[in-house]
Amino acid sequence: MNKNKNWIDQRFPLTKVWNEHLAEYYTPRNFNFWYFFGSLALLVLVLQLVTGIFLTMHYKPDTATAFASVEYIMRDVNWGWLIRYMHSTGASAFFIVIYLHMYRGLLYGSYKAPRELIWILGMVIYIALMAEAFMGYVLPWGQMSYWGAQVIISLFGSIPFIGPDLLIWILGDYAVGDPALNRFFSLHVIALPLILVVLVFLHIVALHTVGSNNPDGVEIKENKDEGGIPKDGIPFHPYYTVKDIVGVVVFLMLFSAVLFYAPALNGYFLEAANFVEANPLKTPEHIAPLWYLTPFYTILRAIPPILGSQFPGVLAMFAALLILVVLPWLDRSKVKSIRYRSWPYKVALGVFVLSFVFLGWLGMKPVISPEWYVSLAGSIGMEIETALYLILARFFSFCYFGFFVFMPWFTSIGQTKQVPSRLTE
Amino acid sequence: MSKSIKTILGVMLMCVSISALSSVGVKLDTANTDISDNNSLQNGAKLFMNYCSGCHSLSFMRYNRLAEDLNIPKEDVVTNLMFNAEKIGDTINATMPTEGANKWFGGTPPDLSLVARYKGVDWIYTYLRSFYPDDSRPYGVNNHVFQNVSMPDILLELKRTTPKDEFNSKVRDIVNFLDYVGEPAKLVRSAIGTKVLAFLLLLLVLAYLLKKEYWKDVKYGKWRAKD
Repeated sequence: MNKNKNWIDQRFPLTKVWNEHLAEYYTPRNFNFWYFFGSLALLVLVLQLVTGIFLTMHYKPDTATAFASVEYIMRDVNWGWLIRYMHSTGASAFFIVIYLHMYRGLLYGSYKAPRELIWILGMVIYIALMAEAFMGYVLPWGQMSYWGAQVIISLFGSIPFIGPDLLIWILGDYAVGDPALNRFFSLHVIALPLILVVLVFLHIVALHTVGSNNPDGVEIKENKDEGGIPKDGIPFHPYYTVKDIVGVVVFLMLFSAVLFYAPALNGYFLEAANFVEANPLKTPEHIAPLWYLTPFYTILRAIPPILGSQFPGVLAMFAALLILVVLPWLDRSKVKSIRYRSWPYKVALGVFVLSFVFLGWLGMKPVISPEWYVSLAGSIGMEIETALYLILARFFSFCYFGFFVFMPWFTSIGQTKQVPSRLTE
Repeated sequence: MSKSIKTILGVMLMCVSISALSSVGVKLDTANTDISDNNSLQNGAKLFMNYCSGCHSLSFMRYNRLAEDLNIPKEDVVTNLMFNAEKIGDTINATMPTEGANKWFGGTPPDLSLVARYKGVDWIYTYLRSFYPDDSRPYGVNNHVFQNVSMPDILLELKRTTPKDEFNSKVRDIVNFLDYVGEPAKLVRSAIGTKVLAFLLLLLVLAYLLKKEYWKDVKYGKWRAKD
């Protein structure tokens, strides 16, 4: 055994890598619930890659056969339904896990120095993941696949001057059709997964260079024993590997509950309209992306067109994503963890989370006002100039951007608590 | 920790209740279908083949799969259900030719393989029972759920000759059958899910005990002792 190990170690740094990243990689001993989502994101990534490989064996990227090939997987391929549901449930699970993972970063200031690069890499992963999810959603070639693609891709057409030509270049045609489906397939099964895997690798390399933050926001490397080991650190393996297994099993139970009992989750994970084959001649009554993209869809719709161009909305949507990247420099507070932050940050974070959730909810709604609002407004003689949902969308978009714009201010006011020098129990 | 989880759950619950409040539409009757009721599925298959399959295909459904899943002997399927197919591995296709459909109904009647998935069982159940006489329509009937639909009231004769409860139960069988056709895996997936969850529960106990055992070291600072 030892002989074999030496043989490998002389040729490949196996023991060195094992020790540096697992057995002698020291992590704070006080990780809580929120720290499960990093390893879970990795699990879901692998799950998507593996199920994706099997789906690719049976799927046909051709507008004439794509829809039927998915139903073929669901019916005629042995265990095809299981693989397909794992992949479709996995897509939504990925975003749930990623959103909670990002929220953890906001809670404990994990984006602050010296972890800015981890955060930036994470944001690039998030954006790549959205592109990956969007293109994957087009592949089953249902009504929502087609019309969703039509809406999202037309956004590029709104860019001044180059827009119309860019649109044709992206689609390889004048409308979403066979060339677009083929290239989305290519991007979805190889280009973006490759980019994601590389980015995740870099994300972890950057993390292991500076070490994990923790719920106290205390740097454990500032208190080392004579052996150079952080006093508040424990080796990642075996302590966090066995702990993460518990998290994995709990996650798999929730995942299986959806997968086996309600794979469409009432239209949230698989939309009913997507069980109708794409029909370019029949626009659905209501087009909405899946839940994980809806906050940004709402921001897009909230901005009124200027001179008949939708471009301002498109800019706002991309700004909403890109502004996350500069977060480490907007936060002026010296305190990382919410445990010791001043109250203005706690309030702002609460408002931000609420507005993100409401933006997501509004993105699933049509722009027209609900009936009760119309009758209420009519009964008090109020003129309805702008639909209720549009007013709300603008309000919550303002809150969303306000979180970032006012951050330099609200992170520098208010009384913070004394940060302990060592981890608390 | 638990406080923030509660906040998230609270917000989610709020969204759900708001969206429930603001949804509007035609009031649908509850179909109360039960996909585990094999008799109902068999009866639904029979009724579908007799009343619907003349015009509507189930182009993703194969006869042999039907035989296997609904416990119908293959010989019975061949002699009683296969009106428009030669081999038992064929998919269920409508008898009516496309040119005829265009001439008689102004279009091809939709394939019903996935109708239960995009319309829902309650919609089909209500729709099939909501035809009313309307002389302005080509076939003399209109529908409350689907205004100006070109389909005639194909179940009219059945409705006239059977008591109301029995008729509703027959419609329910058709809807139940369509629910199965929409997703044949539905017959097995929840049973498999129960086994998977039972296994994961057992694994959870073991994983938790393993974690607890290892973390005793952390608690007493013993993990350093081995160095």
